[in-house]
Order: sequence, then C-alpha cells, then structure tokens
Amino acid sequence: MEPKSKLEKFIVTFLLVFGGISVSLPFIWMILSSFKTEREVLQIPPTLFPQNPTFQNYLELFQNLNFDVYLVNTLIIVFFSMVGLLLNTMAGYGFGKFEFRGKEIWFMVVLVTMMLPGQITMIPTYLIINEMGLTNTMTGIVLPGLIVAFMIFLIRQFMVTVPDDLIEAARLDGAGEIYIFFKLIIPLAKPILSVQVILTFIASWNSFLWPLIIANDQRLYTLSVGLSLLQDQYATNYGLQMAGSAFMVVPILIIFMIFQKYLVEGFNVSGIK
Amino acid sequence: MTKWKYKLMPLFFIGPAVLLLMVFSFAPIFLSLGISFTDLTLIGLADWSKVNFVGFENFVKLFQDEVFLESIFNTFFYVIIGVPLAVSSSLVIALLLSMVGKWLSSTFRLIYYMPSVTNIVAIAVVWGFLYNQQYGLFNYILSLVNIQSVPWLEDPLVAKFSLIILAVWKSNGVSMLIFLAALQSIPRDYYEAADIDGANRWQKFFKITLPSMSFATFFVTVTTVIGWLQFFEEPFVMTDGGPLNGTNSMALYIYQRGFEYNDFGYAAAASFVLFIIVIIATIIQFRFRKKDQTL
Repeated sequence: MEPKSKLEKFIVTFLLVFGGISVSLPFIWMILSSFKTEREVLQIPPTLFPQNPTFQNYLELFQNLNFDVYLVNTLIIVFFSMVGLLLNTMAGYGFGKFEFRGKEIWFMVVLVTMMLPGQITMIPTYLIINEMGLTNTMTGIVLPGLIVAFMIFLIRQFMVTVPDDLIEAARLDGAGEIYIFFKLIIPLAKPILSVQVILTFIASWNSFLWPLIIANDQRLYTLSVGLSLLQDQYATNYGLQMAGSAFMVVPILIIFMIFQKYLVEGFNVSGIK
Repeated sequence: MTKWKYKLMPLFFIGPAVLLLMVFSFAPIFLSLGISFTDLTLIGLADWSKVNFVGFENFVKLFQDEVFLESIFNTFFYVIIGVPLAVSSSLVIALLLSMVGKWLSSTFRLIYYMPSVTNIVAIAVVWGFLYNQQYGLFNYILSLVNIQSVPWLEDPLVAKFSLIILAVWKSNGVSMLIFLAALQSIPRDYYEAADIDGANRWQKFFKITLPSMSFATFFVTVTTVIGWLQFFEEPFVMTDGGPLNGTNSMALYIYQRGFEYNDFGYAAAASFVLFIIVIIATIIQFRFRKKDQTL
C-alpha cells in the first residue's frame, strides 16, 4: 500500500517518528540518567542532560558491586552457549542427513520439548541438578540451557535441503565424516548459522531465570541477576541502577546494530509468510 | 567406510544433544507430574523417605488458594488486554513501515526492533524508574499538562496496565518483522487487479492485505498468547507480584512457591495447571483457524 497524497505521507512519517521516539525514550533516559549524580537524578523538575556528567556510577559498579565478576560469569555462559550451538548444529545435521533406527522417535522428543513452557521444567530440572550435586556451580547454570530444541529443528530444516550427492562425493574422495561436517556442512550452513550465533549471543547474555535459580552465591551471579539484586539493595539510587542497566543493554544494542542485516534477512529466509 | 562406523556416526552427531535434552527437558516433564502428587519440600529433598504421596491434594488446595486464583485471574487479564494490544500495535507498525521508502523503513524497523534484543531485567529496572511516582519521567511529563501523578506501580489495577504497556513495548519487534515479511510476500498483481476493478483503499486492505496475512496473524497470535500466559520477568523485577498480589502471574507464583517457599510438590502442581491452560488455549486457537479456512 502506497500513500496517495503528500499529506498522507507526512502523517505516516510523523506517526513513525513519534512512535520511534516513544520506543527509544527509555533507552535515552537510561543513558542520560546513568551519568547524573545521585542528587541530580532525583531532582524535580528533572534535567535532560546531566549538569556535571560523571562516571561515578559506572566506577561504583565495578569497584564496589562486583560487576566485574558478573561480567566474567556472563561471558562464560556466552562461551558455553556457543558450544551448545555447535551441539545443536551437529544434531540438526544428524537428523537431517542420516538414516538410523529410532530417528522418528528421537525427533519427536525434540518436537515435544520445543513446545514446552519453561515453567514446567523449572522445578524438576532444578531437582535433577540438585541430585547431581550441581547447584551453585557454573556447570549447573550452563548445562540445562546448552540444547535448544527449536534450534535443532531450524537447523535440521536447513540440512534437509543440502544435496546428498555433495556429501556422497566428499565421502568418495575419502573425506571423513567429521571433516565433512566441519569443512563442508558448516560453511554451507553459514547464512543460517550466523543468525543463530547472534541470537544465541543475545539470549545467553540476557539469561536470567536459570542463573537466578541455581546460583546462591554472588560469585556465580550473571549481570542480569546482579542487576536485579542491585535494584533491591539500592532501591532509590536510580543513577546506579541506570548505569547497571546501560552496561547490560548498550553492548547488545551495538552488536545488534552491526549484525541487524543478517538478523532481519534471517527472518525472511526462515520462511514465515 | 566400515559398517559399524557408519552406524555410529549418527550417534556421534545427535548423541550429545539428545542425551542432554532427555535429561534436562524431556525427563523433567514426567518427573514434574510425579512430584505434583507428593508433598516434596526442602526436607524431602534431604531425605527422600520423608516424601509422601498425597494424590490430588495439591490440586485441590491450589483451587482453594486465593493467591493462586488471583494469579490466574491476573494472567488472563494480561492475556485478554495484552495480546490484542501487542498483535495490533505490531501490525500497525508493520503497515506504516510498508508505506514509506526503503531508507525510512529500514531505519525505523531497527528502532522498533531494539527493545526485543535487550535484557528484560535491565528494561524493567529502567521502566521502574520511569514509572516512579515521585521522581519518574512519566509523572513529570503528565504534570506539565496538569495531570495528577499516576500511581503507576502502587495501585493493583493501574500496575497491571503499567506492566502490559511495558511488555507490549518490549515484544513488538519480532511480531513486526513477521508481519513485514508477510506484507512483502503479497503479490503486487493482486493490487493491480483490484485497481483495474476500481477498488478503493479500504476494500483493498480488507479484501487483499488482511486475508493474505491470515497465517502470519495466526502465528503471531498463538505465540503471543503462549508468551503472555507465561508472563514472569516483568512482575518479578518491577513489583514482585504486588501490590496486594495485583500483578502476580501464574508463572511468578510457581517460582515463588518453588524457590522462595521450597514447596516443590505444590509448585509442580501449579505448573501443570499452567501447562494445561497453555495447551487448551493453543487448541482453541487451532480450532478457530480451521473454522476460518472453511469459509
């Protein structure tokens, strides 16, 4: 649908700009407030730009509030989720390109877990982790989230489209299965994998519920768990809260801006009409 | 290649993922069902012999538990108000984006998508500040036009709406992209044919655009309903279910029961109630969809 008149075009653009400002307002306010002093942030009427911009809030996060530890933990989780992505890719390839006994049954398992709400497995999975003696460990935080059924499903859908002849030819040339997977399949799957890498990064950077349940010890907190703790403890220090939030949000926004092309295109590739 | 090796290869590829999935996602379904018929608490966890089978007692208790009933009510409130808002606003954004040039469209697409990638805790913290009754930006802006300060998070009813606004703001991005993809896949010929027949814009919109997007709308609605039924982080971070349980959702209630009171059996039973509601809601929507297609 194209707008007919100049006026219509103006109204549409105006609506978009107005909506865009409303959408970005919380981000802008967060960043501006994070540079204000504790006093200024509570000032009425509020100032738009910080009068004496200060990095104090950010320094405080790292000097006194263990955000350096939380950052390291979050990065560890991000790293392991990438390992998980590799396992998911392998499984997607296995389901897409191999014939073996019980394939349908195992794939049903994947489909069933895909549709499951997280709250239903939250308690039993915690009990399993507890029986394994993994509560309050990094392993316990990372392990249950490694495999994402939906990702296996998506990657399998792609793998099915890879021609068998290509793999057969490589086998005839004497290439081993693992060599084929890493040197032939992964490069072929690059478009879909690059989307998954970004989505996995975002999801693991943001992971909240599982670390919250498993980690009792501040030493194991992730940024998001640390931030929700900070909000409890420094309920009125909004400058500090905004700095903590900005520290979580801004890196993701930057990564998103850089890679958004792949993400948005990935949506068109995934075939949702 | 030797035969045994060929048989082992699939196992090598799917083995690790399937094993982890079985242990941490599939087995828990049955474990959860089992636990929901017991009185498992922290004590039982240390000594399994202290765990008793209690039959349907947890489920009976749940439906007499006022806090739980209130959380069901709130969850339905979120779904009934939030889903239409979320679906229609993302549809409107997609339509507006499809009406402007490429540059404007891709720039604003980026802006509208931003909230979807950001961390919900950080977002809730920021919005908690915006919603603050005394120092928040929203009440300040309202005071400029002489509107009295709104108790955004202090009143049980208003707080529900505040959380819905935040969640709609946060969730628009993904649905918008799906709608946009659907809009772009409508063949131009349809509109050209309609032009020749002298159809006006509204006719084109209701007879071509909307019907062509019925699958996208269906997909977005189903996933949005499932998502809103599991509403958790927003009330968890911003209100902790309060004031007076006014914003407590089922998912949050399950978390509180399970991990704050360590009442695992009871919480598992509650999670099953939620699961069944999710399934019923999904089945109903599929039924409607079928009816729709026969028209």
